[in-house]
Amino acid sequence: MKYLRFLIMGILFGIILSKGEIISWYRIQEMFRFQSFHMFGVIGSAVVFGILTIQFIKRTKLKDYNGKQITVSTQDPGYARNLIGGTIFGLGWAITGACPGPLFILIGHQGWVFLLAILGAIAGTFTYGVFEKRLMH
Amino acid sequence: MTEVIEFIQQPWPWWVSGPLIAYVMFSLLYFGKGFGISTNFKTACCMLGSCTVSDFFCFDWKEQIWNLTFIAGVIIGGFISAQYLTPDPSVAISPETIADLSAIGIENPGSSFLPEEIFGTENIWSLRSLVFLLGGGFLVGFGTRYANGCTSGHAISGLSNLQWWSLVAVIGFFIGGLTMTHFILPYLISL
Repeated sequence: MKYLRFLIMGILFGIILSKGEIISWYRIQEMFRFQSFHMFGVIGSAVVFGILTIQFIKRTKLKDYNGKQITVSTQDPGYARNLIGGTIFGLGWAITGACPGPLFILIGHQGWVFLLAILGAIAGTFTYGVFEKRLMH
Repeated sequence: MTEVIEFIQQPWPWWVSGPLIAYVMFSLLYFGKGFGISTNFKTACCMLGSCTVSDFFCFDWKEQIWNLTFIAGVIIGGFISAQYLTPDPSVAISPETIADLSAIGIENPGSSFLPEEIFGTENIWSLRSLVFLLGGGFLVGFGTRYANGCTSGHAISGLSNLQWWSLVAVIGFFIGGLTMTHFILPYLISL
């Protein structure tokens, strides 16, 4: 039962991204062609509200439901890994028209076809893990 | 009630979806978790036994059950949306995008969520569809792990937390996306 809340949040997230058309291959193409404000508006307003949220958490030292101080987990700093990794992800994003969240949503939307994309992503993650120590970070 | 459902069934403008995404991030933080979808690919590798190949995959995957539950919900959310909340599957993309995509061989851009000739089940075993799904997916999986985050971890959580390296990652997302869209994608579509 303690996981039920995450199931519900996932369902909401799936509906929000579907109804916001963020899962549409065409919307991603439109974004990378700078031909509409839609995707920039979605990401931009999410970030603006996100900044306000996190500033509020930090300034009020907001506790989570367990009474523990909320910490925002961070990725590793560094130019190489973020720029190179980000670029490789961007190449893939423009092909599939979906980042990881939408890839899962599209299984529910379009059917099993997108399991192939998930399979590809797992293979890509596996390949990274194998070569991790030999890559520039 | 039907009026409420009809209201929800319209496409949502950006100023509805964007703030709601930030709300999902806040809910996860409140329940002690960090927003990160691509981590589930790493968890899948761990569960499939990749720990024997690389210690990158050696961790207790049970710590990620909440995230696997979250993506199970995400799939259900997509299903509910497609079945009950999207009576009109067309996407109102700009006329310029329709013209550009028609010029590189996409039929009726915007008539559904994605080009059926590439992602529809009937052509799925064609070389082009496999390149788009398996190849595109591979780059998404490799790149997100290399950068240690995708749109949820870097663009939403990372930028919201004012991390400069997340901005570097997002600049990377656009370098890759622009290169693919403008220089490589026309060739992939003609496969």
